[in-house]
Amino acid sequence: MRLRNLQIALWTLALAASVAFVALRWWPAGTPNDIEAAFVPTFQLADAQGTMRTSDEFRGKFLLVFFGFTSCPDICPTTLSEVAQVMDDLGVDADRVQPIFISIDPERDRRLGLQAYTEAFHPAILGLAGTDAQTRAAADSFKVFFGREDDAAASDGYTMSHSPGLFLIGPDGAWLRQFAYGTPAADILSDLQSRF
Amino acid sequence: MKSVTLSALLMLIAPAAFACETVRVGDLTVQHAWSKVTIGAGRPGVLYVEITNNGSDDDALIGVTTPVASMPMLHETVVTDGIASMPHAMSIPVPAGQTVELAPGGYHGMLMGLTAALKDGDKFPVTLTFEKAGEATVTVDVLPLRAEGPDCADAEQ
Repeated sequence: MRLRNLQIALWTLALAASVAFVALRWWPAGTPNDIEAAFVPTFQLADAQGTMRTSDEFRGKFLLVFFGFTSCPDICPTTLSEVAQVMDDLGVDADRVQPIFISIDPERDRRLGLQAYTEAFHPAILGLAGTDAQTRAAADSFKVFFGREDDAAASDGYTMSHSPGLFLIGPDGAWLRQFAYGTPAADILSDLQSRF
Repeated sequence: MKSVTLSALLMLIAPAAFACETVRVGDLTVQHAWSKVTIGAGRPGVLYVEITNNGSDDDALIGVTTPVASMPMLHETVVTDGIASMPHAMSIPVPAGQTVELAPGGYHGMLMGLTAALKDGDKFPVTLTFEKAGEATVTVDVLPLRAEGPDCADAEQ
């Protein structure tokens, strides 16, 4: 009888542990990882030469996508520097990864010079700057936020707020993950290498 | 012998001539002032610096001026709910006994209206105005785009 009680107790514990495991495994974590469920973000945007580029033409490559603006003094240069470091450190595998900078301030960035900007970080980085509607469509597709904030004290009277993450898209075009702002280049590199 | 003397002399003055100037004003120590190369003069430069308050009174950085930019301002990069914005900081607290870093991803000076593009190896003066300690002028070293901070050999790092 005492043995039976012990058995019941142990089975109850085992059941509770299973329920807890399943709950923890499947419950929404409430973090940015929520949006890691597969979806296929798309874009249709002009490059610095004015040629229309679309997400479809990059199938077969990993994409590292960053939404930013070239007048951004702090976050954008830091992230693009990490991307440049990753591209250098990839060595012979660099042609498997296409880094893309999508301007959320396209009119001003085209005027200031998109190509000179991306090239200063790394020649592999492709800069894209579409129309306002195309930019909004691309951001919505990536589930990325950006907004223009009027600021009388800023250059041209406004600045931009935006999602600062770096997004990884797989060779099949599906969303893989985001690297939060400040992720070291070495971590991005090892993540990429684990997928080759 | 003459060249040895000259070398020794150069070694003595070299640290002062290169990066990593330290300036003291009142109870404050200002050091590791650096900036990054800009791509053209039409985009703002950035200012990073480290301020230590060795005193027992709180102070605050309330302004920044430099001859290389007509509109320098203090900003803070803030990431809230996954959105980064860059509000204008009216003042940056420098509490007693603490070190405040203007560093990538946080507080920084934004140098708008540059008179010329900032190039690797350039140096320029910046005057920081503190609420209590007054003004401190420090030399800022312009580092490459990928730099994460100055490489200072001093012991106060």
